[in-house]
Amino acid sequence: MEAVFLTFILMLSIFLGFELINKVPATLHTPLMSGANAISGITVVGAISLAGTGQHDVAQWLGAAAVALATINVVGGYMVTDRMLAMFKKRGK
Amino acid sequence: MGATGLAIQLAFVIAAALFIFGLKLLGSAATARKGNLLSAVGMLLAIVAALLDQGIVEFQWVLAGMVVGGVIGAGAARLVQMTSMPEMVALFNGFGGMASLLVGAAALGAGDSNTFILVTIVLSILIGGLTFTGSLVAYGKLSEKIGSGAVTFSGQQIVNSLLVLAILASAVMFCLQPENSQWLYAIIALSLLFGIMAVIPIGGADMPVVISLLNSYSGLAACAAGFAINNNILIVAGSLVGASGIILTQIMCKAMNRSLSNVLFSGFGSVSSAEAVVEGEIKPISVEDAFYVLEAASSVVIVPGYGMAVAQAQHVVKELCELLEENGCEVNFGIHPVAGRMPGHMNVLLAEADVPYDQLLEMDEVNPRMETVDVAIVIGANDVVNPAAREVESSPIYGMPVINVDKARTVFVLKRSMASGFAGIENPLFYKENTRMLFGDAKESIGGLIREFS
Repeated sequence: MEAVFLTFILMLSIFLGFELINKVPATLHTPLMSGANAISGITVVGAISLAGTGQHDVAQWLGAAAVALATINVVGGYMVTDRMLAMFKKRGK
Repeated sequence: MGATGLAIQLAFVIAAALFIFGLKLLGSAATARKGNLLSAVGMLLAIVAALLDQGIVEFQWVLAGMVVGGVIGAGAARLVQMTSMPEMVALFNGFGGMASLLVGAAALGAGDSNTFILVTIVLSILIGGLTFTGSLVAYGKLSEKIGSGAVTFSGQQIVNSLLVLAILASAVMFCLQPENSQWLYAIIALSLLFGIMAVIPIGGADMPVVISLLNSYSGLAACAAGFAINNNILIVAGSLVGASGIILTQIMCKAMNRSLSNVLFSGFGSVSSAEAVVEGEIKPISVEDAFYVLEAASSVVIVPGYGMAVAQAQHVVKELCELLEENGCEVNFGIHPVAGRMPGHMNVLLAEADVPYDQLLEMDEVNPRMETVDVAIVIGANDVVNPAAREVESSPIYGMPVINVDKARTVFVLKRSMASGFAGIENPLFYKENTRMLFGDAKESIGGLIREFS
Protein backbone atom coordinates (compact mmCIF):
# COMPACT_ATOMS: atom_id res chain seq x y z
CA MET A 1 0.00 0.00 0.00
CA GLU A 2 2.88 2.36 0.78
CA ALA A 3 3.89 2.41 -2.87
CA VAL A 4 0.36 3.22 -4.03
CA PHE A 5 0.09 5.95 -1.44
CA LEU A 6 3.35 7.58 -2.56
CA THR A 7 2.36 7.33 -6.22
CA PHE A 8 -0.90 9.05 -5.36
CA ILE A 9 1.02 11.94 -3.85
CA LEU A 10 3.25 12.06 -6.92
CA MET A 11 0.29 12.24 -9.29
CA LEU A 12 -1.44 15.04 -7.37
CA SER A 13 1.75 17.08 -7.00
CA ILE A 14 2.54 16.90 -10.69
CA PHE A 15 -0.92 18.17 -11.64
CA LEU A 16 -0.67 20.89 -9.02
CA GLY A 17 2.76 21.81 -10.36
CA PHE A 18 1.42 22.18 -13.90
CA GLU A 19 -1.40 24.44 -12.72
CA LEU A 20 0.92 26.65 -10.67
CA ILE A 21 3.75 26.98 -13.16
CA ASN A 22 1.45 27.74 -16.10
CA LYS A 23 0.49 30.96 -14.32
CA VAL A 24 4.08 32.20 -14.01
CA PRO A 25 4.66 34.99 -16.57
CA ALA A 26 7.49 34.61 -19.10
CA THR A 27 9.20 37.62 -17.49
CA LEU A 28 9.90 35.52 -14.42
CA HIS A 29 11.04 32.31 -16.06
CA THR A 30 14.71 32.68 -15.08
CA PRO A 31 13.93 33.28 -11.37
CA LEU A 32 11.46 30.39 -11.64
CA MET A 33 14.24 28.08 -12.80
CA SER A 34 16.72 29.16 -10.15
CA GLY A 35 13.95 28.89 -7.57
CA ALA A 36 13.23 25.40 -8.85
CA ASN A 37 16.95 24.64 -8.38
CA ALA A 38 16.57 25.63 -4.77
CA ILE A 39 13.46 23.49 -4.27
CA SER A 40 15.14 20.47 -5.88
CA GLY A 41 17.70 20.86 -3.09
CA ILE A 42 15.00 19.20 -0.94
CA THR A 43 17.16 16.10 -1.43
CA VAL A 44 19.09 17.53 1.53
CA VAL A 45 16.31 16.22 3.79
CA GLY A 46 16.91 12.69 2.55
CA ALA A 47 20.67 13.16 2.66
CA ILE A 48 20.58 14.31 6.31
CA SER A 49 18.85 11.15 7.42
CA LEU A 50 21.45 9.04 5.63
CA ALA A 51 24.51 11.02 6.74
CA GLY A 52 23.59 10.95 10.41
CA THR A 53 22.67 7.33 11.01
CA GLY A 54 26.07 6.57 12.47
CA GLN A 55 25.97 2.99 11.14
CA HIS A 56 27.20 2.41 7.63
CA ASP A 57 30.44 4.12 6.80
CA VAL A 58 29.72 4.26 3.09
CA ALA A 59 26.16 5.49 3.48
CA GLN A 60 27.43 8.15 5.85
CA TRP A 61 30.06 9.40 3.43
CA LEU A 62 27.69 9.43 0.49
CA GLY A 63 25.11 11.14 2.66
CA ALA A 64 27.55 13.88 3.70
CA ALA A 65 28.51 14.55 0.08
CA ALA A 66 24.83 14.66 -0.86
CA VAL A 67 24.15 17.10 2.00
CA ALA A 68 26.88 19.40 0.69
CA LEU A 69 25.67 19.30 -2.92
CA ALA A 70 22.02 19.77 -2.04
CA THR A 71 22.86 22.61 0.35
CA ILE A 72 24.66 24.41 -2.49
CA ASN A 73 21.37 24.25 -4.39
CA VAL A 74 19.24 25.36 -1.48
CA VAL A 75 21.38 28.28 -0.31
CA GLY A 76 22.62 29.34 -3.75
CA GLY A 77 19.24 28.88 -5.40
CA TYR A 78 17.21 30.93 -2.94
CA MET A 79 19.83 33.65 -2.63
CA VAL A 80 20.32 34.18 -6.34
CA THR A 81 16.57 34.09 -6.95
CA ASP A 82 16.08 36.76 -4.31
CA ARG A 83 18.89 38.81 -5.86
CA MET A 84 17.18 38.64 -9.25
CA LEU A 85 13.67 39.32 -8.03
CA ALA A 86 14.89 42.38 -6.12
CA MET A 87 15.83 43.87 -9.51
CA PHE A 88 12.32 43.65 -10.95
CA LYS A 89 10.70 47.03 -10.42
CA LYS A 90 7.53 48.63 -11.63
CA ARG A 91 7.59 51.84 -13.65
CA GLY A 92 7.88 55.01 -11.60
CA LYS A 93 9.34 53.43 -8.50
CA MET B 1 5.32 6.89 15.16
CA GLY B 2 6.24 8.83 18.28
CA ALA B 3 5.42 12.43 19.09
CA THR B 4 8.64 13.65 17.45
CA GLY B 5 7.94 11.58 14.37
CA LEU B 6 4.50 13.07 14.09
CA ALA B 7 5.84 16.60 14.54
CA ILE B 8 8.40 15.97 11.79
CA GLN B 9 5.72 14.74 9.40
CA LEU B 10 3.53 17.76 10.20
CA ALA B 11 6.48 20.07 9.56
CA PHE B 12 6.87 18.43 6.14
CA VAL B 13 3.20 19.10 5.39
CA ILE B 14 3.63 22.77 6.27
CA ALA B 15 6.83 22.94 4.22
CA ALA B 16 4.99 21.51 1.20
CA ALA B 17 2.23 24.10 1.65
CA LEU B 18 4.84 26.87 1.76
CA PHE B 19 6.50 25.61 -1.45
CA ILE B 20 3.13 25.59 -3.19
CA PHE B 21 2.13 29.01 -1.93
CA GLY B 22 5.57 30.36 -2.84
CA LEU B 23 5.18 29.14 -6.41
CA LYS B 24 1.71 30.66 -6.54
CA LEU B 25 3.09 34.07 -5.56
CA LEU B 26 5.66 33.71 -8.35
CA GLY B 27 2.69 34.25 -10.69
CA SER B 28 3.19 38.00 -10.51
CA ALA B 29 6.34 40.11 -10.48
CA ALA B 30 4.90 42.21 -7.65
CA THR B 31 4.63 39.28 -5.23
CA ALA B 32 7.39 37.02 -6.55
CA ARG B 33 10.02 38.05 -4.02
CA LYS B 34 7.70 37.27 -1.14
CA GLY B 35 6.95 33.92 -2.76
CA ASN B 36 10.62 33.04 -2.92
CA LEU B 37 11.00 33.96 0.75
CA LEU B 38 8.05 31.75 1.74
CA SER B 39 9.52 28.89 -0.23
CA ALA B 40 12.85 29.40 1.57
CA VAL B 41 11.09 29.36 4.95
CA GLY B 42 9.45 26.08 3.93
CA MET B 43 12.87 24.65 3.09
CA LEU B 44 14.32 25.78 6.42
CA LEU B 45 11.42 24.15 8.22
CA ALA B 46 11.93 20.88 6.32
CA ILE B 47 15.66 20.88 7.10
CA VAL B 48 15.15 21.59 10.80
CA ALA B 49 12.55 18.84 10.94
CA ALA B 50 14.94 16.40 9.26
CA LEU B 51 17.64 17.28 11.81
CA LEU B 52 15.28 16.50 14.68
CA ASP B 53 14.86 12.93 13.48
CA GLN B 54 15.83 10.62 16.34
CA GLY B 55 17.57 8.27 13.95
CA ILE B 56 20.29 10.88 13.58
CA VAL B 57 22.98 10.28 16.13
CA GLU B 58 26.01 11.81 14.48
CA PHE B 59 25.80 15.40 13.46
CA GLN B 60 29.38 16.18 12.49
CA TRP B 61 29.12 14.93 8.92
CA VAL B 62 25.72 16.50 8.39
CA LEU B 63 26.90 19.86 9.67
CA ALA B 64 30.18 19.68 7.77
CA GLY B 65 28.25 19.05 4.56
CA MET B 66 25.88 21.91 5.28
CA VAL B 67 28.65 24.39 6.05
CA VAL B 68 30.64 23.48 2.94
CA GLY B 69 27.54 23.57 0.72
CA GLY B 70 26.22 26.75 2.30
CA VAL B 71 29.47 28.66 1.82
CA ILE B 72 29.82 27.56 -1.81
CA GLY B 73 26.16 28.27 -2.56
CA ALA B 74 26.16 31.70 -0.94
CA GLY B 75 29.41 32.66 -2.67
CA ALA B 76 28.14 31.58 -6.07
CA ALA B 77 24.81 33.37 -5.60
CA ARG B 78 26.53 36.64 -4.68
CA LEU B 79 29.24 36.58 -7.31
CA VAL B 80 27.47 35.26 -10.40
CA GLN B 81 26.97 37.73 -13.25
CA MET B 82 23.44 37.94 -14.58
CA THR B 83 24.76 37.09 -18.05
CA SER B 84 26.04 33.82 -16.57
CA MET B 85 22.76 32.74 -14.99
CA PRO B 86 22.27 29.93 -17.54
CA GLU B 87 25.63 28.41 -16.57
CA MET B 88 24.77 28.65 -12.88
CA VAL B 89 21.36 27.04 -13.33
CA ALA B 90 22.97 24.30 -15.44
CA LEU B 91 25.54 23.58 -12.71
CA PHE B 92 22.89 23.60 -9.99
CA ASN B 93 20.78 21.15 -12.00
CA GLY B 94 23.83 18.93 -12.04
CA PHE B 95 24.42 19.20 -8.28
CA GLY B 96 20.77 18.36 -7.62
CA GLY B 97 21.09 15.29 -9.84
CA MET B 98 24.28 14.16 -8.13
CA ALA B 99 22.73 14.62 -4.68
CA SER B 100 19.83 12.38 -5.71
CA LEU B 101 22.21 9.78 -7.12
CA LEU B 102 24.13 9.71 -3.83
CA VAL B 103 20.94 9.50 -1.76
CA GLY B 104 19.73 6.66 -3.96
CA ALA B 105 23.01 4.78 -3.60
CA ALA B 106 23.18 5.39 0.14
CA ALA B 107 19.56 4.26 0.56
CA LEU B 108 20.63 0.84 -0.64
CA GLY B 109 22.92 0.41 2.33
CA ALA B 110 20.54 1.94 4.83
CA GLY B 111 17.03 0.60 4.50
CA ASP B 112 15.19 -2.62 3.81
CA SER B 113 14.88 -3.37 0.15
CA ASN B 114 11.91 -4.86 -1.64
CA THR B 115 11.63 -4.78 -5.42
CA PHE B 116 9.68 -1.52 -5.44
CA ILE B 117 12.39 0.24 -3.44
CA LEU B 118 15.10 -1.27 -5.65
CA VAL B 119 13.38 0.04 -8.77
CA THR B 120 13.14 3.53 -7.28
CA ILE B 121 16.79 3.36 -6.25
CA VAL B 122 17.70 2.53 -9.84
CA LEU B 123 15.57 5.44 -11.05
CA SER B 124 17.12 7.96 -8.69
CA ILE B 125 20.62 6.82 -9.67
CA LEU B 126 19.80 6.78 -13.37
CA ILE B 127 18.02 10.15 -13.55
CA GLY B 128 20.42 11.73 -11.07
CA GLY B 129 23.48 10.46 -12.93
CA LEU B 130 22.40 11.55 -16.37
CA THR B 131 21.29 14.92 -14.99
CA PHE B 132 24.72 15.38 -13.44
CA THR B 133 26.89 14.71 -16.48
CA GLY B 134 24.32 16.15 -18.91
CA SER B 135 24.32 19.37 -16.92
CA LEU B 136 28.11 19.49 -16.83
CA VAL B 137 28.20 19.19 -20.63
CA ALA B 138 25.49 21.87 -20.91
CA TYR B 139 27.54 24.06 -18.56
CA GLY B 140 30.62 23.48 -20.69
CA LYS B 141 28.78 24.42 -23.86
CA LEU B 142 27.14 27.51 -22.32
CA SER B 143 30.37 28.82 -20.85
CA GLU B 144 32.18 27.84 -24.06
CA LYS B 145 34.72 25.82 -22.12
CA ILE B 146 33.98 23.14 -24.69
CA GLY B 147 32.78 23.75 -28.24
CA SER B 148 29.15 24.85 -28.26
CA GLY B 149 28.36 23.12 -31.54
CA ALA B 150 26.49 19.86 -31.95
CA VAL B 151 28.78 16.81 -31.75
CA THR B 152 27.49 14.11 -34.05
CA PHE B 153 29.11 11.04 -35.50
CA SER B 154 27.89 8.19 -37.64
CA GLY B 155 26.36 5.38 -35.67
CA GLN B 156 25.51 7.72 -32.79
CA GLN B 157 21.93 6.46 -32.63
CA ILE B 158 23.17 2.87 -32.49
CA VAL B 159 25.65 3.63 -29.71
CA ASN B 160 22.94 5.38 -27.73
CA SER B 161 20.47 2.56 -28.27
CA LEU B 162 23.05 0.04 -27.05
CA LEU B 163 23.66 2.24 -24.04
CA VAL B 164 19.96 2.27 -23.18
CA LEU B 165 19.81 -1.52 -23.54
CA ALA B 166 22.86 -1.90 -21.29
CA ILE B 167 21.24 0.34 -18.67
CA LEU B 168 18.02 -1.69 -18.81
CA ALA B 169 19.94 -4.95 -18.52
CA SER B 170 21.98 -3.76 -15.54
CA ALA B 171 18.83 -2.39 -13.90
CA VAL B 172 17.09 -5.75 -14.18
CA MET B 173 20.15 -7.60 -12.91
CA PHE B 174 20.48 -5.16 -10.01
CA CYS B 175 16.88 -5.74 -8.95
CA LEU B 176 17.43 -9.51 -9.12
CA GLN B 177 20.77 -9.48 -7.28
CA PRO B 178 20.88 -6.35 -5.12
CA GLU B 179 23.65 -7.87 -3.00
CA ASN B 180 26.00 -7.93 -5.99
CA SER B 181 27.32 -4.37 -6.04
CA GLN B 182 28.79 -4.74 -9.54
CA TRP B 183 25.38 -4.02 -11.04
CA LEU B 184 25.06 -0.90 -8.94
CA TYR B 185 28.42 0.38 -10.20
CA ALA B 186 27.43 -0.52 -13.75
CA ILE B 187 24.23 1.52 -13.49
CA ILE B 188 26.09 4.50 -12.06
CA ALA B 189 28.76 4.40 -14.76
CA LEU B 190 26.27 3.89 -17.60
CA SER B 191 23.95 6.66 -16.45
CA LEU B 192 26.87 9.08 -16.18
CA LEU B 193 27.95 8.13 -19.69
CA PHE B 194 24.40 8.41 -20.97
CA GLY B 195 24.13 12.01 -19.71
CA ILE B 196 27.16 12.97 -21.78
CA MET B 197 25.95 11.14 -24.88
CA ALA B 198 22.49 12.72 -24.60
CA VAL B 199 23.70 16.32 -24.52
CA ILE B 200 26.70 16.39 -26.87
CA PRO B 201 24.58 16.16 -30.08
CA ILE B 202 22.58 19.24 -29.05
CA GLY B 203 23.81 22.56 -30.42
CA GLY B 204 24.38 25.75 -28.45
CA ALA B 205 21.22 27.40 -29.84
CA ASP B 206 19.09 24.70 -28.24
CA MET B 207 20.57 25.11 -24.76
CA PRO B 208 17.44 26.88 -23.41
CA VAL B 209 15.52 23.67 -24.08
CA VAL B 210 18.23 21.46 -22.61
CA ILE B 211 18.61 23.33 -19.33
CA SER B 212 14.83 23.45 -18.93
CA LEU B 213 14.69 19.71 -19.46
CA LEU B 214 17.59 19.04 -17.08
CA ASN B 215 15.87 21.29 -14.56
CA SER B 216 12.91 18.98 -14.81
CA TYR B 217 15.11 15.89 -14.46
CA SER B 218 16.77 17.24 -11.31
CA GLY B 219 13.28 17.44 -9.80
CA LEU B 220 12.30 13.99 -10.99
CA ALA B 221 15.54 12.59 -9.56
CA ALA B 222 14.62 14.08 -6.18
CA CYS B 223 11.20 12.50 -6.61
CA ALA B 224 12.71 9.07 -7.25
CA ALA B 225 15.00 9.50 -4.25
CA GLY B 226 11.88 10.31 -2.23
CA PHE B 227 10.38 6.98 -3.23
CA ALA B 228 13.63 5.19 -2.40
CA ILE B 229 13.75 6.51 1.15
CA ASN B 230 9.97 6.68 1.59
CA ASN B 231 9.80 10.44 2.11
CA ASN B 232 6.76 12.50 1.11
CA ILE B 233 8.33 15.94 1.03
CA LEU B 234 10.94 14.84 -1.52
CA ILE B 235 8.17 13.55 -3.77
CA VAL B 236 6.05 16.71 -3.51
CA ALA B 237 8.93 19.17 -3.97
CA GLY B 238 10.58 17.03 -6.65
CA SER B 239 7.45 16.77 -8.74
CA LEU B 240 6.80 20.51 -8.49
CA VAL B 241 10.27 21.08 -9.94
CA GLY B 242 9.72 18.34 -12.50
CA ALA B 243 6.47 19.93 -13.66
CA SER B 244 8.07 23.36 -13.83
CA GLY B 245 10.91 22.11 -16.03
CA ILE B 246 8.55 20.26 -18.34
CA ILE B 247 6.37 23.34 -18.87
CA LEU B 248 9.40 25.53 -19.61
CA THR B 249 10.67 22.89 -22.03
CA GLN B 250 7.32 22.91 -23.83
CA ILE B 251 7.29 26.72 -24.03
CA MET B 252 10.81 26.76 -25.46
CA CYS B 253 10.02 24.09 -28.04
CA LYS B 254 6.85 25.90 -29.11
CA ALA B 255 8.77 29.16 -29.43
CA MET B 256 11.18 27.44 -31.80
CA ASN B 257 8.41 25.54 -33.61
CA ARG B 258 10.15 22.25 -33.00
CA SER B 259 9.22 19.05 -31.25
CA LEU B 260 11.20 17.93 -28.24
CA SER B 261 12.43 14.83 -30.03
CA ASN B 262 13.66 17.01 -32.88
CA VAL B 263 15.70 19.09 -30.42
CA LEU B 264 17.08 16.04 -28.62
CA PHE B 265 17.96 13.82 -31.54
CA SER B 266 18.93 16.02 -34.46
CA GLY B 267 21.76 18.50 -34.30
CA PHE B 268 20.05 21.69 -35.41
CA GLY B 269 23.33 23.56 -35.87
CA SER B 270 24.40 21.03 -38.46
CA VAL B 271 21.46 21.74 -40.79
CA SER B 272 22.84 23.08 -44.07
CA SER B 273 20.10 25.38 -45.25
CA ALA B 274 19.23 25.75 -48.91
CA GLU B 275 20.39 29.17 -50.03
CA ALA B 276 17.29 31.31 -49.98
CA VAL B 277 17.09 33.91 -52.71
CA VAL B 278 17.24 37.22 -50.94
CA GLU B 279 16.30 40.32 -52.88
CA GLY B 280 17.16 43.90 -52.13
CA GLU B 281 20.30 45.44 -50.79
CA ILE B 282 21.83 46.23 -47.46
CA LYS B 283 21.31 49.87 -46.47
CA PRO B 284 23.71 51.03 -43.77
CA ILE B 285 22.90 54.10 -41.70
CA SER B 286 25.16 56.40 -39.70
CA VAL B 287 24.64 57.11 -36.01
CA GLU B 288 23.81 60.73 -36.88
CA ASP B 289 21.05 59.79 -39.36
CA ALA B 290 19.68 57.18 -36.96
CA PHE B 291 19.45 59.90 -34.32
CA TYR B 292 17.32 62.13 -36.59
CA VAL B 293 14.89 59.28 -37.22
CA LEU B 294 14.67 58.46 -33.51
CA GLU B 295 14.20 62.10 -32.53
CA ALA B 296 11.10 62.26 -34.73
CA ALA B 297 9.72 58.90 -33.56
CA SER B 298 6.76 58.75 -31.18
CA SER B 299 6.85 55.01 -30.53
CA VAL B 300 9.86 52.73 -30.39
CA VAL B 301 10.12 49.01 -29.72
CA ILE B 302 13.49 47.58 -28.75
CA VAL B 303 14.04 43.89 -29.49
CA PRO B 304 17.09 42.59 -27.64
CA GLY B 305 18.88 39.31 -28.19
CA TYR B 306 21.81 37.58 -26.58
CA GLY B 307 24.14 39.85 -28.58
CA MET B 308 23.04 42.71 -26.33
CA ALA B 309 24.21 40.78 -23.29
CA VAL B 310 27.50 39.86 -24.95
CA ALA B 311 28.17 43.53 -25.74
CA GLN B 312 27.08 44.40 -22.16
CA ALA B 313 24.87 47.03 -23.77
CA GLN B 314 21.83 46.76 -21.47
CA HIS B 315 22.78 49.77 -19.34
CA VAL B 316 23.31 52.11 -22.31
CA VAL B 317 20.06 50.77 -23.79
CA LYS B 318 18.27 51.83 -20.62
CA GLU B 319 19.91 55.27 -20.89
CA LEU B 320 18.78 55.64 -24.50
CA CYS B 321 15.33 54.51 -23.45
CA GLU B 322 15.14 57.31 -20.86
CA LEU B 323 16.28 59.95 -23.35
CA LEU B 324 13.64 58.82 -25.85
CA GLU B 325 10.96 58.98 -23.16
CA GLU B 326 12.03 62.49 -22.17
CA ASN B 327 11.62 63.32 -25.83
CA GLY B 328 7.94 62.25 -25.60
CA CYS B 329 8.39 58.86 -27.22
CA GLU B 330 6.76 55.65 -25.99
CA VAL B 331 9.39 52.93 -25.56
CA ASN B 332 8.71 49.24 -25.06
CA PHE B 333 10.77 46.09 -25.21
CA GLY B 334 9.69 43.08 -27.21
CA ILE B 335 11.05 39.89 -25.68
CA HIS B 336 11.04 36.67 -27.64
CA PRO B 337 10.72 33.54 -25.44
CA VAL B 338 14.00 32.10 -26.70
CA ALA B 339 15.98 35.34 -26.74
CA GLY B 340 19.04 34.77 -24.57
CA ARG B 341 20.44 31.49 -23.34
CA MET B 342 17.66 30.42 -21.00
CA PRO B 343 13.94 31.11 -20.51
CA GLY B 344 13.40 34.68 -19.33
CA HIS B 345 17.09 35.57 -19.54
CA MET B 346 16.57 38.90 -21.34
CA ASN B 347 14.06 40.05 -18.72
CA VAL B 348 16.57 39.55 -15.93
CA LEU B 349 19.32 41.37 -17.83
CA LEU B 350 17.03 44.33 -18.51
CA ALA B 351 15.69 44.32 -14.95
CA GLU B 352 19.30 44.50 -13.79
CA ALA B 353 19.67 47.64 -15.92
CA ASP B 354 16.63 49.10 -14.09
CA VAL B 355 14.18 48.71 -16.95
CA PRO B 356 10.75 48.44 -15.26
CA TYR B 357 9.11 45.06 -15.86
CA ASP B 358 5.85 46.54 -17.18
CA GLN B 359 7.88 47.83 -20.12
CA LEU B 360 8.95 44.29 -21.05
CA LEU B 361 6.34 42.93 -23.43
CA GLU B 362 5.98 39.34 -24.54
CA MET B 363 5.97 38.50 -28.23
CA ASP B 364 2.17 38.06 -28.36
CA GLU B 365 1.64 41.50 -26.84
CA VAL B 366 4.08 43.35 -29.05
CA ASN B 367 3.28 41.82 -32.45
CA PRO B 368 -0.29 43.16 -32.86
CA ARG B 369 0.87 46.73 -32.30
CA MET B 370 3.94 46.49 -34.54
CA GLU B 371 2.30 48.31 -37.48
CA THR B 372 1.87 51.44 -35.36
CA VAL B 373 5.50 51.45 -34.25
CA ASP B 374 7.73 54.12 -35.78
CA VAL B 375 11.07 52.50 -35.12
CA ALA B 376 11.91 48.95 -34.11
CA ILE B 377 15.49 48.64 -32.85
CA VAL B 378 16.96 45.15 -33.04
CA ILE B 379 19.97 44.77 -30.75
CA GLY B 380 21.99 41.60 -31.03
CA ALA B 381 19.00 39.49 -32.08
CA ASN B 382 18.76 37.69 -35.40
CA ASP B 383 16.77 34.49 -35.76
CA VAL B 384 13.95 35.67 -33.46
CA VAL B 385 13.18 38.59 -35.81
CA ASN B 386 13.72 36.68 -39.06
CA PRO B 387 10.73 37.20 -41.39
CA ALA B 388 11.80 34.06 -43.29
CA ALA B 389 9.99 32.18 -40.52
CA ARG B 390 6.76 33.59 -41.97
CA GLU B 391 7.62 33.93 -45.63
CA VAL B 392 10.15 31.36 -46.80
CA GLU B 393 8.73 27.86 -46.68
CA SER B 394 12.09 26.24 -47.37
CA SER B 395 13.70 27.97 -44.40
CA PRO B 396 14.70 25.68 -41.53
CA ILE B 397 12.96 28.06 -39.12
CA TYR B 398 9.76 28.32 -41.18
CA GLY B 399 6.76 28.34 -38.86
CA MET B 400 8.69 29.54 -35.82
CA PRO B 401 6.88 32.46 -34.17
CA VAL B 402 8.99 35.61 -34.52
CA ILE B 403 8.70 39.24 -33.52
CA ASN B 404 7.49 40.99 -36.68
CA VAL B 405 9.84 43.97 -36.56
CA ASP B 406 9.72 44.22 -40.35
CA LYS B 407 6.14 45.50 -40.01
CA ALA B 408 7.30 48.60 -38.13
CA ARG B 409 7.71 51.76 -40.22
CA THR B 410 11.49 51.69 -39.83
CA VAL B 411 13.76 48.96 -38.50
CA PHE B 412 17.25 49.59 -37.15
CA VAL B 413 19.40 46.52 -36.87
CA LEU B 414 22.45 46.94 -34.64
CA LYS B 415 24.93 44.37 -35.74
CA ARG B 416 28.64 43.79 -35.57
CA SER B 417 28.95 42.39 -39.08
CA MET B 418 26.92 40.51 -41.66
CA ALA B 419 27.53 37.06 -40.12
CA SER B 420 24.38 35.00 -39.77
CA GLY B 421 22.84 34.07 -36.41
CA PHE B 422 23.23 31.05 -34.16
CA ALA B 423 21.09 28.92 -36.46
CA GLY B 424 23.24 29.91 -39.45
CA ILE B 425 20.29 31.10 -41.50
CA GLU B 426 20.21 34.02 -43.91
CA ASN B 427 17.98 36.83 -42.64
CA PRO B 428 15.90 38.64 -45.33
CA LEU B 429 15.08 41.34 -42.77
CA PHE B 430 18.43 42.97 -43.46
CA TYR B 431 17.47 43.47 -47.11
CA LYS B 432 13.99 44.90 -46.57
CA GLU B 433 13.01 48.31 -47.88
CA ASN B 434 12.42 49.76 -44.39
CA THR B 435 15.52 48.26 -42.75
CA ARG B 436 18.63 50.24 -41.92
CA MET B 437 21.79 48.56 -40.65
CA LEU B 438 23.74 50.29 -37.90
CA PHE B 439 27.04 48.42 -38.02
CA GLY B 440 29.46 48.27 -35.13
CA ASP B 441 29.59 47.27 -31.47
CA ALA B 442 26.08 47.69 -30.03
CA LYS B 443 27.34 49.44 -26.90
CA GLU B 444 29.33 51.98 -28.93
CA SER B 445 26.54 52.58 -31.43
CA ILE B 446 24.02 53.29 -28.68
CA GLY B 447 26.59 55.38 -26.84
CA GLY B 448 26.87 57.42 -30.06
CA LEU B 449 23.10 57.89 -30.19
CA ILE B 450 23.09 59.03 -26.56
CA ARG B 451 25.78 61.62 -27.30
CA GLU B 452 23.67 62.93 -30.20
CA PHE B 453 20.71 63.37 -27.87
CA SER B 454 22.59 65.27 -25.19
